[in-house]
Amino acid sequence: MGKTQITAEPGIPQIIITREFDAARDLVFRAYTDPELVVQWLGPRDLTMTIDQYDVRDGGKWRYVSTDAAGNEYGFHGVFHGTPSPDGIVQTFEFEGMPGHVSLDTLTLEEQGGRTLARSVSTFQSVEDRDGMVASGMEGGVHESHERLTELLAKLQAG
Amino acid sequence: MAGDRLSLVFGALADPIRRAILTRLTEGDATVAEIAAPFSVSQPAISRHLKVLEQAGLISRTRRATARLSHLDAEPLREVTTWLARYQRFWDESHERLDELLAALQGEGKDESGRDNAVLAKGTDDG
Repeated sequence: MGKTQITAEPGIPQIIITREFDAARDLVFRAYTDPELVVQWLGPRDLTMTIDQYDVRDGGKWRYVSTDAAGNEYGFHGVFHGTPSPDGIVQTFEFEGMPGHVSLDTLTLEEQGGRTLARSVSTFQSVEDRDGMVASGMEGGVHESHERLTELLAKLQAG
Repeated sequence: MAGDRLSLVFGALADPIRRAILTRLTEGDATVAEIAAPFSVSQPAISRHLKVLEQAGLISRTRRATARLSHLDAEPLREVTTWLARYQRFWDESHERLDELLAALQGEGKDESGRDNAVLAKGTDDG
């Protein structure tokens, strides 16, 4: 199955995430927009996600809360811009732990021979916002990862 | 604060020459002349890059006889690696779960015509 590719260039306030799924585009679109499906996959397994509202239309609001094993709650909310379609889901994203720091996320789905490439571009207000979001917003249930210094350098080098 | 340090580190890493210098230093300490050799950049320019790297805590410099040696300090880079690893884990795991969900939906979807309630019921029982 596909491998999630995350690109966060130094100095550019964006994060680009790409991933290929072995499913038709319409189905992937449903998994991203039907709240009953979204709760089943978004976020790590050790977090429980509860959707408050998920109004998938132009100007519609969304809000969900992730709860970790210790009972800590992490709230997120935003607004959909334009009518969401497989060609594009545009929405704002705000972590309630950092109010006022909003990113603009655009997801596009491209079907290639029965498989679907999902590409998400998040644009932040500043590089500091991006770094802060990644550092604090995704903290629930964190494991330490291997430190792969030379791999990182090679990646930075290529980028 | 960790956030400020991250900004300094990212600022230092924003330049391709500085990233190349760090890669060079993973092989061992080096003098300015040794570092400058592969680049078509003057030694004073390399010295300026070294200063930025030093301020970000990515390298330290020592004097040995007449030469000044640059040494890679890995700790701030570990912070950056951890930073990315957390985010990576969030999405890796989400997308693995989405793979499973999509497979389940496809299994159910064959004989289904209207709304997706049957599919939803199937999807919830593995959570």
